[in-house]
Amino acid sequence: MKTLPAADVVIIGGGWTGLLMAKELGSRTALSVVVLERGGPRKTDDYANSMDELDYAVRLRLMQDTSLETVTFRHSSGQRALPLRQLGSFLAGSGVGGAGEHWNGVCFRFLPDCFELLSRTMEKYGSKRLPEDHAIQDWGVNYDDLEPHYARAEEMMGISGKAGNLRGKQIEGGNIFEGWRSAEYPTPPTKIPYFSALFREAASTLGYHPYPIPAATTSQPYTNPDGVARPGCFYCGYCERFGCMVGAKAQPTNTLMPVIQKRKNVSIRTGAWVRRIVQEDAQNGKRARGVTYLDAKGEEVFQPAELIFLASWILNNTRLLLLSEIGEPYNPDTGKGTLGRNLTHQVSFPAVTAFFEKPLNRFMGSGSAGVCVSDLDGDLLDHSRLPFLRGGCLVAFSLGYRPIANFGVVPQTVKTTWGLEWKKAAVHYYDRTGNIVFSGEHLAYRGNYMDLDPAYKDHFGDALLRLTLDWRDNERNMAEFATGKSVEIARAMGAKEVTLFPGLKRYDATRYQSTHLQGGTIMGRSPDRSVVNPYLQHWQIPNLFVLGASAFPQNASTSPTLTLLALTYRTADAVVDRYLKSPSPLA
Amino acid sequence: MSASSIGGVLVYSLDRRVFRLSTRSVESIRIPLRFFSRAEALIVAAAASRIVPSDETGPGAREAGVAVYIDRQLAGPWGRDRYRYSQEPFEEHAPPELGYQGKATPQQIYRQALKDLTGFDLLDTAAQDEKLKEIEGTLFFSLLRRNTIEGMFCDPMHGGNIDMLGWQLIGFPGPRMSNYDDVDKHFGEAFRPKPASLSQVTRGNVRPSEDEV
Repeated sequence: MKTLPAADVVIIGGGWTGLLMAKELGSRTALSVVVLERGGPRKTDDYANSMDELDYAVRLRLMQDTSLETVTFRHSSGQRALPLRQLGSFLAGSGVGGAGEHWNGVCFRFLPDCFELLSRTMEKYGSKRLPEDHAIQDWGVNYDDLEPHYARAEEMMGISGKAGNLRGKQIEGGNIFEGWRSAEYPTPPTKIPYFSALFREAASTLGYHPYPIPAATTSQPYTNPDGVARPGCFYCGYCERFGCMVGAKAQPTNTLMPVIQKRKNVSIRTGAWVRRIVQEDAQNGKRARGVTYLDAKGEEVFQPAELIFLASWILNNTRLLLLSEIGEPYNPDTGKGTLGRNLTHQVSFPAVTAFFEKPLNRFMGSGSAGVCVSDLDGDLLDHSRLPFLRGGCLVAFSLGYRPIANFGVVPQTVKTTWGLEWKKAAVHYYDRTGNIVFSGEHLAYRGNYMDLDPAYKDHFGDALLRLTLDWRDNERNMAEFATGKSVEIARAMGAKEVTLFPGLKRYDATRYQSTHLQGGTIMGRSPDRSVVNPYLQHWQIPNLFVLGASAFPQNASTSPTLTLLALTYRTADAVVDRYLKSPSPLA
Repeated sequence: MSASSIGGVLVYSLDRRVFRLSTRSVESIRIPLRFFSRAEALIVAAAASRIVPSDETGPGAREAGVAVYIDRQLAGPWGRDRYRYSQEPFEEHAPPELGYQGKATPQQIYRQALKDLTGFDLLDTAAQDEKLKEIEGTLFFSLLRRNTIEGMFCDPMHGGNIDMLGWQLIGFPGPRMSNYDDVDKHFGEAFRPKPASLSQVTRGNVRPSEDEV
């Protein structure tokens, strides 16, 4: 194996968190920073010809190649897991920018009480209300710690929206339930297309507090504090599963890369497939020496480094630590070990499909244009009389209706799925159909976790990651409740017919739900119950930090990107201001 | 087949025999088949046109060239499972929530199923519908249905959606660079810009995935 010259910093993964850390360290220090990205290079120009539903949204051109590596899946620990041979319920990205290239740009902050989920819930409802096998935890940071970093992340991306709580003052038209904000959004809300406007009106009439979705598909041209300029959104509707061809949707390639490319101390190596983080004994325990990877030519190399950031998305963050034998794997029977615990997804589904008389012109929109209602989110309802804890948002997206994905949805009165009658109805309803989507909290449970699969291997012979995951009654009851609420709104919107979501049964790995997985390397205040400390620093290996939503102890109903960027900013500050001066545990 | 249900796109099979597959105009375009035999292509064209038939609402799968689309997809990386995780052991009877776990590639699934449908294109439409009802629950039928919808509404560069017939049918304009001036207008009324394909919009040279090696 070839050994390369040592770098000060190695960052594994070139997505949102890895490149944000590269930008911060590259700009604020003189350290040599190497980013290892296993996918290929990407830039805005690549997307000029990408408005093709088939190759991008159906054949998933921007996603991980499952022929090389996938995960295995089972519903409970007694079962034999099988590989997800094609991606389905979530879409892992690949290449420079990672999932930050193909996202919709939905950019919520989490509600303040999410960060203290266990203590707040115990305080209000007592331990008896918690599901028997729950594993929820506090994060070890709170909303006030994160607020300035949330604001920085919003400024970096130029998020479009309307504040609902400016320094404690409620503002109608924004999300009045949100945590306090130190500043208004950097840019005004996006335009609201017809379907979402119908939802807003109906929701208002029913007493809800609708507000425009906070959007990284920026409403107008914007220059961020780094001097990076992006145009405003044209509402072409090619966001989800696509890269933005004009650079209006904030992506790592158009928002972070312009800064990184000017820094001579940062280099990005693509086609670099990291296989192990190498550790050694040190004075007070252990430290990481560097990483081994297969380079673009397939040659195995060792890259020594003083400081390592693991930023390779939820699943691979967990898998690389397991393969590298760093930390104690979680054992669901004994509750011992921390690595791999608290796998959560998101209770995300089309609560109601509504059929209208008038055409909706749904081809126009953007990934994060739309309207949201948060009145049912977090602990805003009194759950003492409800059969579930926590909640979520009802959303009317206008993300650009794609014909292959959506043709054929017809009212239940049509009993066939092909042929004359079906075609006639499908043509008629194609542009008269809309979903109200529910996006709710998925609690953590002791039986939902990740470990290495004993049977299936990746292309290079390493064990695949195994997901053990299923819904519990809390999610099923929440889904049923949200479906009922969404039907009322759909009716108030003027829907002639509605189809209700059939309910959550077993977790379905084939139905796309969201790419919001969490857990595996969770953060917390105690090494007995978490993998990293509140600065995302590994409890046992102080020169290793693990970035991204793998640190979230549980899901928090809305999209994770803004929160994982805020946490990355906070870690960057702690590293630059404290760790580099005296490399040691920060907590 | 009757003369009115064919005409337009001429397809030739690998043995270079030319035959007609879909209505378009009197102009003829010759398109070589990449995967199907002539007999297979005729079965697929007939079956797809029962899934999305031509009727008074507009053209269907035959006119849109769906069989050409499926032929190219099967010959390309998707048909060969280039990107699917294909390590053993396979599990032919897995729970549906885990997705397709079988060994057969789309190429193999089509080839086998089309053998069992020999002569399908020669049946009358009522008999064709009966036959399709019999196989409605099969993996092949779900693939065929999915591929038919893809071939109806994909960008024309993929071989289907000829003349953007599918997009016109549902009022989809294709990849439109900017809806900025319209996105918050036309409430309650159909706004139907003239469709344009990707190459017309970007004037770029796009390489579809089915042409990848």
